[in-house]
Amino acid sequence: MFDLSGKTALVTGATGGIGAAIAETLHRQGAHVVLSGTRQAVLEEKAAALGDRVSVAACNLGDAEAVEALPKAAEAAAGAPIDILVNNAGITRDQLLMRMKDDDWDQVIAVNLTSGFRLSRALVRGMMKKRWGRIIGISSIVGATGNPGQANYAAAKAGMVGFSKALAAEVANRGITVNVVAPGFIATAMTDALPEAQKEKLLESVPAGRLGTPEDIAASVLYLASEEAGYVTGATIHVNGGMAML
Amino acid sequence: MSDVAERVKKIVVEHLGVDESKVTEDASFIDDLGADSLDTVELVMAFEEEFSCEIPDDAAEKILTVKDAIDFIKSQEG
Repeated sequence: MFDLSGKTALVTGATGGIGAAIAETLHRQGAHVVLSGTRQAVLEEKAAALGDRVSVAACNLGDAEAVEALPKAAEAAAGAPIDILVNNAGITRDQLLMRMKDDDWDQVIAVNLTSGFRLSRALVRGMMKKRWGRIIGISSIVGATGNPGQANYAAAKAGMVGFSKALAAEVANRGITVNVVAPGFIATAMTDALPEAQKEKLLESVPAGRLGTPEDIAASVLYLASEEAGYVTGATIHVNGGMAML
Repeated sequence: MSDVAERVKKIVVEHLGVDESKVTEDASFIDDLGADSLDTVELVMAFEEEFSCEIPDDAAEKILTVKDAIDFIKSQEG
C-alpha cells in the first residue's frame, strides 16, 4: 500500500523537523523527492542522507519572484513534472495583536499562505494534463482553535483550509485531490527546550498523553499522497492526539 | 479549410470528447459543446502547446467559440 514509485514530490520547508520527516517518508515509499527550503547547505546534507531519487531546489518563499521560479526549478531538477506538492513551509512572527506590525502579518501570510497559492497555481497545470495530482497543505490546530499571540499564523493556517476546499472543488474531476493535515503539539527542537513543568502542563491538554512526532504527521501526508486516498479531497486530517476533536 | 482550423478542431474533439460534426466554427465551447470553465482553461493550455504560443489571460477570456480560437491563433502566426 501507499506505493509512490514513479511519482515526483516537492516538499517545501524540507529542512525543518516535520518537512524532513515528510520528505523521508515519501522517499522511502518510492517517490523522487525535491527538497525546498532556504538553507542550501542543510538541503544538500538532507539530500545526501537520502541518497538517490532526490533533488534540491532552494527558495525563499517570502519572495514572490523566487516562488514563481520554484516550480520550473523543481521540475528541472527532478527531470519530471511534480505529481505531489506538499506546502509545508511555515514561519511564525508571534505577537499580541495590539503590538503586531504590518510586516509581522505580511510575512507570515506570504510564506504560509500565498506561497502555497502560487505553487499550486503553477503545478496544477501539469497535474491536470496527467489527470493525477496531490496537493497537501500542512496547517495547524491553531488555524481551527486560535491561539493568543498568533493572529497572523492562525489566519494563514485557517486560510489554507478554505483555499484547499475551493481548489479541491475546482479540480476534483481531474483526478487531483487537495487536502490539509493539521498538526497539534509536535516534538521538535523548540518543544524539547521547554522546562519540564511547562511540558507537563502542555501534556495535560493532550488526551494521548504525549507530544506528536514529525513521523505522525508524515504518515498522514503519505496517506493523502497515495493512490489509495484518491477519493479523499477537501479534507482536513487533525493529527493532535485528541487535543482538539474537530 | 486551413491547417490551423483543422488542428484546433482536432484538439477540441479530443479534449471535450464530442462528435466532430458538432465542432463547427460557430460552436461555443460552453453552450454548444458542454465544456465547463475548467475545460476552457485546459483547451487554452492545449492550444498553447499545439501552436507553441502564449495566450494571455485577457485574450483567453475572449476565446468562447471555435472560431475565436482559430482567429486568435492565426493572428499570432501572421
